[in-house]
Amino acid sequence: MDRRAVLILGGLLACLAGLSALWLLQGLGDGNRGFILSLRATKLAALVVVAFAIGISTVLFQTVAANRVLTPSIMGFDALYVLLQTLLVASLGVAGFAGLPAGAKFLSEIALMTAMASGLFGILLLRGARDVPRMILTGVILGVLFRSLSSFVGRILDPNAYAVVQSVSFASFNKVQPDLLPVAMGVTALAGLAAWRMAPRLDVLALGRDPAVSLGLRHRGVVLQVLGLVAVLVSVSTALVGPVSFFGLIVAGLAHGLMRSTRHAALLPTAALSGAILLVGGQWLFERVLGQAATLSVVVEFAGGLFFLYLLLRGHIR
Amino acid sequence: MIRIDGVGHRIGNAPILHDITTHLPEGRLTALIGPNGAGKSTLLRLVGRLEPLQQGRISVGGHDVSTTRTEDLARVMAILGQQNSIASRLRLSELVGFGRWPHHRGRPTAHDHARVAEALEAFALTPLAHRFLDEVSGGQAQRAHIAMAFAQDTDWLLLDEPLNNLDMAHARALMGRLRDLVRHQGRSVGLVVHEINYAAAWADHVIAMKEGRIVAQGDAHEVLTEAVLSDLYEAPIAVVSHQGRPLVLHHV
Repeated sequence: MDRRAVLILGGLLACLAGLSALWLLQGLGDGNRGFILSLRATKLAALVVVAFAIGISTVLFQTVAANRVLTPSIMGFDALYVLLQTLLVASLGVAGFAGLPAGAKFLSEIALMTAMASGLFGILLLRGARDVPRMILTGVILGVLFRSLSSFVGRILDPNAYAVVQSVSFASFNKVQPDLLPVAMGVTALAGLAAWRMAPRLDVLALGRDPAVSLGLRHRGVVLQVLGLVAVLVSVSTALVGPVSFFGLIVAGLAHGLMRSTRHAALLPTAALSGAILLVGGQWLFERVLGQAATLSVVVEFAGGLFFLYLLLRGHIR
Repeated sequence: MIRIDGVGHRIGNAPILHDITTHLPEGRLTALIGPNGAGKSTLLRLVGRLEPLQQGRISVGGHDVSTTRTEDLARVMAILGQQNSIASRLRLSELVGFGRWPHHRGRPTAHDHARVAEALEAFALTPLAHRFLDEVSGGQAQRAHIAMAFAQDTDWLLLDEPLNNLDMAHARALMGRLRDLVRHQGRSVGLVVHEINYAAAWADHVIAMKEGRIVAQGDAHEVLTEAVLSDLYEAPIAVVSHQGRPLVLHHV
């Protein structure tokens, strides 16, 4: 990594540390400090975990798809997760669903999601890698299919069960699921570490299939591993805050713009850190300064949508 | 030597190659020629394991292509396909640097950097080394891709239409450089070439293909004759001799 990359990463880390301190300590009175701190720390940790998961998964997915406009959510990864949740509630009932131990349930959901996403998107990417428009269309259609299936199953549920489904189908940074947090942190750390260890292979993967094979990369294996990691990370972020469509796009665009390099060893931490700064900073702004006058998820999606249009208009789709 | 033994290939229902058995001799420059759709590129891609082998066996320097680890094959042969559009934004020096990847797997040494500098110099890319791929012309990008394959430093170099996008001077320089590699560094080169006079002037060995079959193979003198070429391209083609090598008059 060159000096510039190290400086940027250091700057991002300092910025995140400063924001975190502000988030934790601002206006901390003499009252029940321990309670307030633990409340704030839980939320901070959740935001950081979500940002890391979304940032890393988007960079990974864009590399494997050789495309800077796609994100896992545009391709329907999170819709698949919501569909899984809905089917679980429908088959187990609310009591059964709520009665499952949170950690174990979450881990098995991740396993199921990884298997399904690797299978589905693996076939799509390995077969149609040379036909990007077809791949995008198929992904978008799959996303719509998953969403329609969830809403169909949602319709035949009774209203109580539907309320449970609803809580996982909309993005909100205000209510995170604290019981999942320890598992989510562990899973994200492991997946992030695995992605970091793959960084040199990801650089080669980004060259495209033919050059990568010529250089001796096990192309199929690496694609499936990357898709597996993406599925794990998307499950984490969707479970914690719900589906977020365009945030990853902003973060990945930011990382590529900041680094002006394609080295994944630099790109992955940049995406993770800048994502965390955006989420923590944004949430601080909306919660503490604007007094919840607007919600972060809506603004993030709005800005991300604009950025998506900008990328499309600049002809970055390839 | 590259041995190709009973190789057949289909894409969907369309047969591309029929039971091909041939070899590319070691220490020579071999040209694959033939009309469009003859299966030249497919054969080269099968040798370079860019496509999975459906039928038959291929070995490169004694390494069976379907059973040898792909990491090991990358140190035996480098293959450059025809379409080289790279999605990520790379500098020319970074692209050529990837040629060393099979040797260092992500941790380049001083030796690797020296070989990259050498490859850039060899293809007259040193002044462009810090430009991005999308800031150079098609021909310059093509040279950078060839330099990457060159930097891979393998016994075998397989190139699918490397002359695409190159002007006359650079095309000639490339062929001269490839023959240098063969003559002085003991490497072996296989390439698909459309402009037949480059094969006539530089190739040691020529394999002529048509409709998925091999029509003729041997020294340039034996294959590049009026009878073989007229039959191969189904058009009357005159061949004269120039400085002791065949010169094909296909354009008049």
